[in-house]
Amino acid sequence: MKIICNGAKKEIQEDAILVDFLKSLDLDPDTVVVECDGEIIARKDYESQILVDGTKLELIRFVGGG
Amino acid sequence: MTNIPGKNELDAVLVERHSEEICLRLQRATVAVMGLGGLGSSVAVALVRIGVGKLLLADYDAVELSNLNRQYYFLDQLGLPKTEALQQNLARINPYLRIDLINRRLTEEMIPELFSDADVVVECFDDPIMKAAGLRAVLTAMPGVGYVGASGVAGYGENNIIQTRKIQDHIYLVGDFESAAEDGISLMAPRVGIAAHHQANQVLRILLGVDT
Repeated sequence: MKIICNGAKKEIQEDAILVDFLKSLDLDPDTVVVECDGEIIARKDYESQILVDGTKLELIRFVGGG
Repeated sequence: MTNIPGKNELDAVLVERHSEEICLRLQRATVAVMGLGGLGSSVAVALVRIGVGKLLLADYDAVELSNLNRQYYFLDQLGLPKTEALQQNLARINPYLRIDLINRRLTEEMIPELFSDADVVVECFDDPIMKAAGLRAVLTAMPGVGYVGASGVAGYGENNIIQTRKIQDHIYLVGDFESAAEDGISLMAPRVGIAAHHQANQVLRILLGVDT
């Protein structure tokens, strides 16, 4: 199935979990803000949020330093 | 100590430079700065210099010698809480502004409670987990509040890849979005300062209603 992540199509497994998808991109889930079909996802929901066909994700990743 | 100019004198000079309309808007503004390191200490200095009426300054750390390569503190302030040290330094620029200190470690849940009165929240954390938490807190629980975060400010990469990116109305992020402070790449005054002043100018633009 396909999802759209930051504007680009991505082929992923059926019923993938958000946190696993983030890790597959080599991202630390704690450093990423996720908008899923227009909704900001609470951090505690990353482990339960299921990605369905056609889901539109917007990811903002942060790097350290300030 | 020599006599310092009074409030009216400082205000008059700012009005002469910036115009009455701009000064009034800035005097009425409240800006929260989360994290008082290389970004936050310079952002606060810039905002005090232009006369922002009220600042809420949050940090849990003390001034260390290793901070002085980029942060707005001085040798005789080592060991002081950053909140208090910065308040002292800001008072030497303009002692007539209101500065509230929050000397504790912030969490995502605390941000909307502490800063609901702010016109703009500036995220100047070091920790990328708190950077994400800060943006999430404002997007989910602080509708209408301006936000200027930062990511990717380390090293001595090119000046012009530091950008100010609009995420949505009132929400902006500054940085090159890649240069992390990690092995072999440290934070240095020049580039952190570029990013801090991008942030401060974006705060100003939001306060003046130039950018929605």
